[in-house]
Amino acid sequence: MLTLALNILDIVQNSIRAKASEISVDIIESKKTDLLEIGVGDNGKGMPEELLSKVTDPFVTTRTTRKIGMGLPLFKYQANLAGGDLSIESGEGKGTRVKVTFILGHVDRQPLGDIAGVMTILMSANPEISFLYSHKTDNGDYRFSSVETKEYLGIKNFNDSHLLMDIKEMINENLKDIGVSDLN
Amino acid sequence: MSQIKSLADLKKKREEIKTGLDLRVKAIDPENHVQVKVAMATCGIASGAKPIMEFFVEQLDRRNIPGIVTQTGCMGYCFAEPTVEIKLPGKDPVVFGYVDLKRADLIIEKYIKEGELIDGIIPVNYETIDSKE
Repeated sequence: MLTLALNILDIVQNSIRAKASEISVDIIESKKTDLLEIGVGDNGKGMPEELLSKVTDPFVTTRTTRKIGMGLPLFKYQANLAGGDLSIESGEGKGTRVKVTFILGHVDRQPLGDIAGVMTILMSANPEISFLYSHKTDNGDYRFSSVETKEYLGIKNFNDSHLLMDIKEMINENLKDIGVSDLN
Repeated sequence: MSQIKSLADLKKKREEIKTGLDLRVKAIDPENHVQVKVAMATCGIASGAKPIMEFFVEQLDRRNIPGIVTQTGCMGYCFAEPTVEIKLPGKDPVVFGYVDLKRADLIIEKYIKEGELIDGIIPVNYETIDSKE
């Protein structure tokens, strides 16, 4: 995983597998406090305390095709490299919220990467899930909702590649406006 | 219009395109569509599944192939990621391994368009003895 956006794409798969109907990705970055915080929340089935306590162990996974689950451990590793950490709140039937922190200016912090592309991929591949993306910086914030977009455009799903490219462009333009720089 | 910054811009651009040529109504009927599933678990994403998926979404549309591109989880072929499963209408799914942009192009041209198999197929059997009777 070379960028934080790819890590986000990866752990959102956990939310999808937990049968979430709403998934939110919140990013807060501040040059003033030199902090970057990424939150991924869902309303999926959550997990029991026993699993929660060992879920960042790479040898723990709920899937049956293989015995190793690297999504959360890799993300945690990246956070630890950049002076931050990963924490998870979850309860059965309550959904799950993963919070990952970084020192924004840390040399080992991965660049954010193509977060707009990741959001459009997620929306097009999972039309039944509602995605909410918000990004806050010192200069302002931007919020994107897949449900609002669908309603506004009067469409049911995002299966038109031109539209997807336009949405990606729209997100990118807005992110640039609020001073997000490491989008590649 | 140069930039798209709001939902209103998005809608406007969409209407411009629509009045131009786009009258394809994509009724979602998976049986008559090419189904492309890109494996997107940790292994797939780390090996570059994201650009592959973007390529399929864009190119199927550009080459006028009615298709649905979705993502799937790990199928246990982590060594061969990125992997892509293609289901042509009326045929069994075929899984291609080691897919890069060049091979993705080949898959569209040879397999999806012509039905011709290319190298690098992972033998997967979806049928069990039970289901065969």
